Amino acid sequence: MRLGKYIPILTVLLLVVAIQLIISAGGANYYLTQLTMSAYYSLVIIGLCLLMGYAGQISLGHAGFFAIGGYTSAVLTTVNLMSHADSSTVGFLKRLGMVFERQDLYGNTLLAFSPWLAFIAALLITVVIALIIGIPVIRLRGHYLAMATLGFGLIIYRVVLGTGFLGEADGITGVPGFPLFGLEVSGALSRRVSNYYIAWALVLLGMLLAMNLIRSRVGRALRSIHGSEEAAGAMGIDTARYKLATFVLSAVFAAVGGIFLTHYNGSIGPSEVTGMKSVRYVAIVAVGGMDNLWGALLMSILLNFLSLRGVFGSYDDAVFAAILLVIMLFFPDGLLRAPGLRHLTILRQKAAALLRRSKPRGAEDA
Amino acid sequence: MTKKLMVGILVILIILSFFVGCKKTEKAKEAVKVGAILAVTGGASWLGSPEAKTLEMLVEETNAAGGIDGHPVELIIKDSQASAEKAISFAKQLIEEEQVLVIVGPSTSGESMAIKDICQEGQTILLSCAAAETIVDPVASYVFKTPQKDSYAAIWIFKTMQDMGISKIGVVVGNTGFGNGGKAQLEKYAPEHGIEIAIAEVYDRAATDLTGVLTKLKAQGVEAVVNWSIVPAQSIIPKNMAQLGMEVPLFQSHGFGNIKYVEAAGEAAEGIIFPCGRLLVADALPADHPQKDLLVGYKNEYESRYGEDASTFGGHAYDAFILLKAAIEKSGSVEMGEVRDAIEGLQGVVGTAGIFNLSASDHNGLGLDSFEILTVEDGKFTLLEQ
Amino acid sequence: MSFEQFFQYFLSGITSGSMYAIIAIGFNIIYNTTGIINFAQGEFLILGGMIGISLSSFLPLPLAIAAAVILTMGVGALIDFLFIRWLKRPSVLRLVIITIGISILIRESMLHIWDEKVRTLRHFTGTEISSIEILGAYISPQVLWVLGISAVIVVALSLFFRLTLVGRAMRACSDNRTAARLCGIRARRMVTFSFMLSAAIGALAGCAISPLTQTQYDMGSSLAIKGFTVAILGGLGNSTAAVIAGLVLGLLEAFSISVLPLAYIDAVSIAVLLVILFFRPSGLFGNREASALKEF
Repeated sequence: MRLGKYIPILTVLLLVVAIQLIISAGGANYYLTQLTMSAYYSLVIIGLCLLMGYAGQISLGHAGFFAIGGYTSAVLTTVNLMSHADSSTVGFLKRLGMVFERQDLYGNTLLAFSPWLAFIAALLITVVIALIIGIPVIRLRGHYLAMATLGFGLIIYRVVLGTGFLGEADGITGVPGFPLFGLEVSGALSRRVSNYYIAWALVLLGMLLAMNLIRSRVGRALRSIHGSEEAAGAMGIDTARYKLATFVLSAVFAAVGGIFLTHYNGSIGPSEVTGMKSVRYVAIVAVGGMDNLWGALLMSILLNFLSLRGVFGSYDDAVFAAILLVIMLFFPDGLLRAPGLRHLTILRQKAAALLRRSKPRGAEDA
Repeated sequence: MTKKLMVGILVILIILSFFVGCKKTEKAKEAVKVGAILAVTGGASWLGSPEAKTLEMLVEETNAAGGIDGHPVELIIKDSQASAEKAISFAKQLIEEEQVLVIVGPSTSGESMAIKDICQEGQTILLSCAAAETIVDPVASYVFKTPQKDSYAAIWIFKTMQDMGISKIGVVVGNTGFGNGGKAQLEKYAPEHGIEIAIAEVYDRAATDLTGVLTKLKAQGVEAVVNWSIVPAQSIIPKNMAQLGMEVPLFQSHGFGNIKYVEAAGEAAEGIIFPCGRLLVADALPADHPQKDLLVGYKNEYESRYGEDASTFGGHAYDAFILLKAAIEKSGSVEMGEVRDAIEGLQGVVGTAGIFNLSASDHNGLGLDSFEILTVEDGKFTLLEQ
Repeated sequence: MSFEQFFQYFLSGITSGSMYAIIAIGFNIIYNTTGIINFAQGEFLILGGMIGISLSSFLPLPLAIAAAVILTMGVGALIDFLFIRWLKRPSVLRLVIITIGISILIRESMLHIWDEKVRTLRHFTGTEISSIEILGAYISPQVLWVLGISAVIVVALSLFFRLTLVGRAMRACSDNRTAARLCGIRARRMVTFSFMLSAAIGALAGCAISPLTQTQYDMGSSLAIKGFTVAILGGLGNSTAAVIAGLVLGLLEAFSISVLPLAYIDAVSIAVLLVILFFRPSGLFGNREASALKEF
């Protein structure tokens, strides 16, 4: 097991801890809120990066999977079964620990599904929907693919906006915290630090998973598909299966981000699944460099953090659009692989070649 | 690559320490920090923009007059663009970082509900400008709202219908929190007023043509149409009704309280009946009406400063500020707990939406009489002659 | 359902249908010449409407509309100069992202130039309450204007592409760009023209529908999505098919209102889009082989 490949993860881990220590020491714990929220959005980005950068499939509707995860979890943990408290089914569920009572802020007793059950249900639903949508979608290319995914995102938006039990325009609020190994994912002030670490642990776990995937046979298969689907197929790679698997995996990443952010925020609304949200995710992956996981992560944290702090003010969307345009026009391989650097390398190589040619044969320069 | 990474990380850490180290210095002992989370741009900008403008205007005016009880007011407006997650992030920022005394807004019900618990747990006063009943029911000690109750608007509409002998209606609402809330209230209070809702539909805020749904209503033979909406698409209903030759009376909600909606509907707006706060007919009020001076003052100032007509939406932010001011002056303190107690005990405070009488169980404070029935005549808002 | 109701739904269907068809035609023009799907097409309608409204307060209506069309054409050309000209063999992904970015930029600019308020253009004839009765159904005279202008645009465009030199040059570019260049046609210029033409018809359509649908800065994206659905339904690049597809979608939506709750009507058009993409991406009238994506 070569430890060398774990260096980036360990570095980020150290950075995460260092940042938290500095922030807490400076009494500025409030920054942790936006860092935590950005971390959850980054889970979506990681999945999307795998899909767009490695499987080569654009998705303009990934906010839809975020919403499926978040809304399922929200609905199941806020449904109030108190009126059915006496029925035998509910009693049965109670004994299994799937349903439990809790008090809300106003002293009302609620009987709802446990967050863990909701979590599993949300993931299952996400996988099912991802398969249903994914199978026809992966056969599409180019603009058709873009529009199909856009359409998917929009349908989810319309469904949540128009359905009563999904909260319609107001969304679902009062979502309880998610108990996790003695800690809790929730927005409570006292739990800021632990929530920060939980969020980042999830992100690093996600990165580990993604990195392992990329370095494995699956990753190589994906890259070959991205390079040329026909060639990959000719080599005996089941392109459809790999693309579908990546699609479903990226959907799961997004759903996990959605589930936990919903518990952290205590609510979810239709604003999480607008077309603009999906475009932002794509923008961030593009800016980081399509297949550059670390670049995408960095951009995600940076841009989400600034946006959530309101740094861009009323120009939030305009800033994203501007970034998108500048990157796509001038740095299509992402900011971190700016052509400027490439040109320098090429120039240097050309210069070296020139020098070699101008010198007499016996005395070549190194 | 590793070296670049190391350098990059070091740079980030240094910058961060700098930011954190330069923590905000202790606020000047006297300033009152007022935070505002408003949908200035984005999907509810017709609410947030006038609210933000109103607040800026009031704060400037107050500071020019020496502040509230001698304390200068510092206003921090955050544009949530009607997004609940941004509202949550800004709420936490305002509460923990800026340590504001009060948060005005948000503009929409969804955002308000999203931050209700946060403000309650963070023990920061929230003066919401959104209309949902659930914001103040169940009552959270720190959370208040300034718009009138939807149920009162519904009751006013039904009372007027009873006077007009209408018994069968069709309801169309916009697909926002306000619209859905209104639909619920209309359905709740119709039976006791002897009104039958033959059909109720929800239309999209981006709707471009509503003749389809109105044809459905026409087919049901409704005697009146209620269009409960706060989105600009609400102006399409009167136009489509006129084009379809539907001559039945059209009732709207207090979400119609902006002359731009009348202008958009043009001639089709004549005769629309709706309950609303008195701001829009301030000039027609009798001189001894308790709200007259305030309303006329607000209207004239807003219009001369911004060159656009005042709307009742901006008025909700105005009322929030007035309540804050009254509470600070009454309690003589700017301590969170004391101001909160003072707000809860405010009686007889004159605002744009009505006269506020708050209590521990009523965190809104406006009654049935905060509404007037208005109509549109010659492209202007006037009181409906009963 | 009585005949009058049926005819009412029918008229409402063909009104919205012709609106969608015009937007789809705008997409097709640019797609044919460049292979780009211009996500910013919807913004041209709104931009044209906004400019028309601002100018109509001191210019007579026909002049205001003409000026709006010309200015929007300028914006179309500007988009080409600023963004599209720089691209050398871009990937589809890059193109999609760029046009989305452009649409957001235009929308935000409109927000900051005009503001968030809703506006309407004056009805071309009559007022908001004028109504014309046809066979028991009622429509606004503006509806006739929309239908008329759409028909004129379709006819004018087919004449343009068939009879004028520029039109034929653009068709040549769309069939085979390299061959066109070998014939001396400046492909770059055709790209600019296609943007300008799409912008022009978008602006004209935007002014025509403004009295009916109202104009607000953020209405562009929902219009664009309806437009793509229709373009794809008819077969990307085929403008006559787009007209038929537009009417089909418009009628489908209008008649769905009579059976479904209004809240799900938008889901109907998106469902149509997905069904077409999944089962017959070349559209109702498209050719399977010819639907392979064009090269930029």
